[in-house]
Parts: sequence; structure tokens; C-alpha cells
Amino acid sequence: MRQRLRELAALPWLLAMRALDRPFRLLQRGIGQGGMPYFFLVPNLLFFGTFVILPLLVNAAYSLTGGTELFLEDRPWIGAEHFGHLFACGDLLDPATCREDNFWRAIYNSMKFVTLQVGFMVALSLLTALVLNRKIRARGFFRAVFFFPVLLSPVVVALIWKWVLHRDGVLNALLESLGGDKILFFIDPGWAMFWAIFVSIWAHMGFYTLILLAGLQAIPPDLYEAAEMDGTSKTRTLWRITLPMLWPNLVVVIVLAMIKSVQTFDEVFVLTGGGPGTATQLIVQYIYDTGFASQVQNFGLAAAASYVLAVILIALTVIYIALAFRPDAKHA
Amino acid sequence: MERNLKAALVASALLGAAPLAAAQVELRVMYYTDGIEDQVLGEQISRFEAENPGIKVALDVVAYKQIVEGLPVQLAAGEGPDIARVTDLGGLAKYYLDMRPYLEDAGYWVENFGPFLPWLRQEGDTESVCGYMTQMTVTGPFVNKTLFEQAGVAMPAKGATWEDWAAAVNEVARKLDIPIPLAMDRSGHRMAGPAISQGAAYFDAAGEPAVVDEGFKRMAQLLVDWHNDGTMSKELWGSVSGSSYRGANEEFGNAQVVMYMSGSWQIAQFSEQIGDDFDWWAVPNPCGPGTCTGMPGGAAMVAFKDTEHPAEVTKLMEFFAREDNLEDFYSRTLFIPGHVGLSAKGIDFQTDNPNAKHALGVFAEHIGEISPTAFQLQGYPFNRVMFNAAISRVNQAIVGEMSLDEAYGRIEQDVEQQIAEKKRGG
Repeated sequence: MRQRLRELAALPWLLAMRALDRPFRLLQRGIGQGGMPYFFLVPNLLFFGTFVILPLLVNAAYSLTGGTELFLEDRPWIGAEHFGHLFACGDLLDPATCREDNFWRAIYNSMKFVTLQVGFMVALSLLTALVLNRKIRARGFFRAVFFFPVLLSPVVVALIWKWVLHRDGVLNALLESLGGDKILFFIDPGWAMFWAIFVSIWAHMGFYTLILLAGLQAIPPDLYEAAEMDGTSKTRTLWRITLPMLWPNLVVVIVLAMIKSVQTFDEVFVLTGGGPGTATQLIVQYIYDTGFASQVQNFGLAAAASYVLAVILIALTVIYIALAFRPDAKHA
Repeated sequence: MERNLKAALVASALLGAAPLAAAQVELRVMYYTDGIEDQVLGEQISRFEAENPGIKVALDVVAYKQIVEGLPVQLAAGEGPDIARVTDLGGLAKYYLDMRPYLEDAGYWVENFGPFLPWLRQEGDTESVCGYMTQMTVTGPFVNKTLFEQAGVAMPAKGATWEDWAAAVNEVARKLDIPIPLAMDRSGHRMAGPAISQGAAYFDAAGEPAVVDEGFKRMAQLLVDWHNDGTMSKELWGSVSGSSYRGANEEFGNAQVVMYMSGSWQIAQFSEQIGDDFDWWAVPNPCGPGTCTGMPGGAAMVAFKDTEHPAEVTKLMEFFAREDNLEDFYSRTLFIPGHVGLSAKGIDFQTDNPNAKHALGVFAEHIGEISPTAFQLQGYPFNRVMFNAAISRVNQAIVGEMSLDEAYGRIEQDVEQQIAEKKRGG
């Protein structure tokens, strides 16, 4: 009976395949077997070209033109002047010596943010995945709890934490009830960066935990049984079996987290507004402020800064490819 | 047979109605609201539509941020609305529709909106009529009078300096344990009035922008000092970056602020939100060595030249700007009129709140005391470049990212660079 039902369900697909068979055979006869892969790739390439390559080219054109006009034909050609402004620095390590000092402040803030956020997020995600992989009580509930923040909009996440961390928020009320003083978290650069990183980890950790959990569950149990029979300690098992077997998943998590972290904007923008001063202003906020929030909307400079961001992201992607596809990756 | 006949009748009626529907003009108005003005305007639009069945008006009420950041991009792309309420009066002037060819009585506009029309014009233009002021605003401080009374501290009288007020609000805050003695909107426009009072000129002898002078430095130093000694809280100015606006309405409404430097547009909102929970009074603008001025300003309804229906747009603008409609609008929204005739006649504001009535009186007085420098600055098309540079760089000095001297250099560089970019093409 079940078999009949399956056949019935597959019937429309079978009919569709049969209907397509003849036209595709004709097509293959026309363009040859070698042309067929390109035929199937065309829709995807068109989509990719329209929404990725074309904007990249348009962005390049903006970065090489000046003025405040929106349409390219109205913008004067200025060559690499915007890039020149971005890199006009007495000392690259000191933003105060740079013409576009806030660009470099944003670059350094982003580097600090990415290093700490990715480092802690990967460590915490791994720890959480290891715990959730054990046979603990209410495991399903805890898995859902850790994943839930991923479903929330970044703006909602930031607003929730803003209320928690406000002068009269829940956390300060708790501090006061314990006899402490209120802390104005958002006027201290250290605290503001700490909370920006914390909230970002809280919001995204569940996703990476899920990837690592899937990796942990794919490790063959007989490896652990053999280790147990050999009397291997838990720590040695973690270092010699779990982590090497999990390495391909860890690479994915690290690189995806880094790319996402470099692109962070909305939750930090809503939470701290980039302040105090420019202490939490990240590179994407600099681009947004330059291109859209000023009275003089400097699309050219914003586009040039976007290209610098793109170079950083391409570098991260290359690192990912190098790590993920190195010859010994499968055996790690 | 009868059914077929009915169907044919319905079909022919629909077909007959089709050209009518197609002939109807739809206009879009983009609008932000500080209080109840969107409701008042909505009612006026309903009456306009009843009087003009061929014109349908869609009122899009959006966040203020959308007007400031989104509208310029829409206009540049030729995708803007037909009419909008704007505050960057001169900055968007190149997109405005000169309504004179379509106006029934251009003289009415020149007579009643004349002093403000130059704010809506591009450099060199002395003739165009592009819109009207939905409100005249003037910046000035509000105080929580109840706190002064509870603390037993006398409020400084008219003519008192900013330093006198800072001392008084600090005393009140200390006695009553109020967290924020003095708050000021995080806005270069709000800072400009006190800076001009300190002697800032904002322009050089040739009329070119020159933000940093001794008067401006005095004000910037005061702001840094006030943040360092706790007179102002870094929560407001220090907690965000760049030129982001940050108000203290919530803190003032919760009686956490003794004195709040903002402006006349807050009156309706305070009436609604604070009501008579405490006495909130507007007080005269404090003085400096230069003068005792606030900044003029306001919001304007403007028509855009990319509209496909300039005649209908002008008709709607004429309806909004009619004396009886504007009188109704100003009286219900508690806005200071930007209409010369109504200003002279006086508006019977619809409020029983004594604080609101008092504030309206005080702000009306402020208007007469606005310095010519403040008017010049308000009329300058790139004034927001100057405001934003000042606010973002002084803020960096406040939080210790740079010294005030470095901030002054950066302000001049930012203004020069942005105006040069603007003049390069656009």
C-alpha cells in the first residue's frame, strides 16, 4: 500500500521528466553534450551577474567619480582620488594622522571586533555543541533555546539589549538591588565594545553551534569506543579524535563567522550608534554615514571604502578556500 | 435573458467608469510628524478630496530619519513624492517646483511667506515660490520648574548667562539627586544658538563658511567642561557617533533633567506626554558675551519639480496654505505660525495647558530676539554640513578621542571637503 502511494506521489515528476526528455534531447543534439552544463548554469549566472557582478562594476564606477549626483553620467571622473584620500596617512597605525581619520578608526574598531567576536563565538559555540552532544536532560529544549536568538531580527536583538543595559534597565536594577551602583554602559568605550561583542555572539552563536553539532554527530562512534577500550583519557580523546574530526566544520564556522563579523552593521548601530565617540563605529557604519547620513552624500568615497571592505572579504574567502580544500583537510 | 441584460448593463457601467478612474490624478505627500499634525493634515486632505473629486491624495507618514536620509536619494533618482515636509530647506532646493506659473494668487504667497521663501531657494534665485512653512521654530530651553521649587533654588532671570544657568541647574540636581542637570539635543543646529551667543559668527567677512572662531571655541569648551564636570550627561552626546541626532524628551518627561535645550516644536509633545505632571516652562535663551539668541528654523511643505501633475500639486499646496486652513493647523498643532498675516493677527491656540500657553508666549518673544547671524546661518544652503561637522568633532573631544584643538582643525577640514565635493558636481 505504502509502495503504491509512493509511486502515485512520484507520478507527476515522472510525467514532467518524460515531457522534458524530448526537448532536451533536441537541445543536446543542437549544442552538443559539452554545451549542456553551460545551458543549466545560465540562469544562475544571469542572477549572479545582475545582483553581484553588475553592482560591483557600478560601485567601481562610483568610486572613480566625484560630486554628489546620483546618476553616473552626471558625475565627473576623478580617477583614484577617493582611494588617495582614504590612504592619505602620516602613520597608518595612528588614525589621527590620516586625512579620513574616521575611516581608519572604523577599520581598527572592526579588526578588534572581528578578532574578539569570532574568537569567543567559535570557542563558545564549540563548548555549547560539545555539551549539547551529550546525553543531558531536556537536550532538545536546550538546543532550541540556543538557536532561538538566530531567528530574531538584528534590530530586535539590539533593542532588547538596549533596554536591558539602559540606565534604568534590568541589569542596572539588578546591580542596585545587590547594593551596587548603576553603570552607564554606553558612555564607556570598553563597556560599549564589550556589549557590542557580547550581543552579537548571543545573537549568532546558535547557528554555529548547530553546524558544529552536526559535525560532532557525524564522527563515527566506534572511534570513541576504541579509545575507551584503550583507556584513553577524555582530554586526549577531545584533542586526538573530536577536534581533528571536527576540523572541516570548524573551518566553515570560523570563515563564515569572520565574513559575517566584518559585515556587521545593524545590531551594533542600533545598540551603540557607533559611540561613545567612534569607539564602536565599524567599517560598514562608516560607509553608511559617508554615503547616506551626511547632507553631502559622498557616494564616491563610500564606494571606495566599500572596495576596501571587499578586498578584506576576498582575502578571508581565499583563506577559507586554502584551508578547506588543502590536500590533507579530509584526513585532518 | 434578464440576467444577460443586467450583466451587459454592469459591464457598460464599468466601461463607462473606466475613463473617469483613469482621469483621476493621484498625488503623494511624504510627511513626518512631531505630534498630531499628521491627523490635522489628514482631515484637511479629506476635505480637499471632497472639493476636488478628480484628485486623490496619499499621505505617507514616515519617520523623520527617512525625510533626512531617504528623501534626498529618492529625489536624486527622480522617484520622490509630489510634496513633502522637509527641514533641510535650502539643501534640497534644486529639486523644488517653482509654483508661480500655476498659482492663482502668487501675491498671497509673497505677502505671507515672503521672509521665509529665500530659505527655499538656490543660491542666486530671488524669485521662486516653492512652498510654505508648516511651522516656524526657534530653539530655546525648557526647565522643570517644579524641581526648582522643590529645591528652593531661584531660577535665573532674563539676561542670565549660560554659566549662571549651569550653576543653578547643578544646585537643583545636587539637592534633589537628579541625574542630568542640563541636556541639549545632540544637534549642530541646537548648539549654534548658544555658540552665536558666545560670539560665534560662522561666516567670514566674505560670507564664506568659517565655523571656528573665538565664540565657537568658547561654546565648544563649555560643552566639554560641562560633560567633564557632570553638568551634562555623556549618555546623550557621548553615547553615539557621527552626526546622529539624539534628543532628551524621554529623560525630561521622566523628570530626570532639570534644563533641556531644545525648541518650540516640543510644546505639543510635552503637552501630550507630560501634561501637568510637573511644571515645564520655557525660559529665555541664556546669554553669552555676544548676545542671547536661539536659532530660527522650521519645517516647510514643498512641491517637487519631478511631479507629473504640477497644476494639481499647486492646487493642493494652495489649499494647505489657505489662511483658514493654516489657522486651523497652527492652532491645533501648537506650532508657531510661519505665515506673516496669522502671526500679526495672533493664533488662538487650542490648549488649556498653562505650561504650553506660557511656553508659546516665551518662544514668541524669542523670535524677536534672534540674532542676524542666526538668520544668515539658517538661510545658508549647506548649513547642515557645518552643523554636522561641529557636532561630530566636538563630540569626539568630549569623549576624549581628540583634543579640542584637533577637533577645530577637523571641523574646518570636514566643512571645506564636503562643500568642495558638493560644488564639484551636484
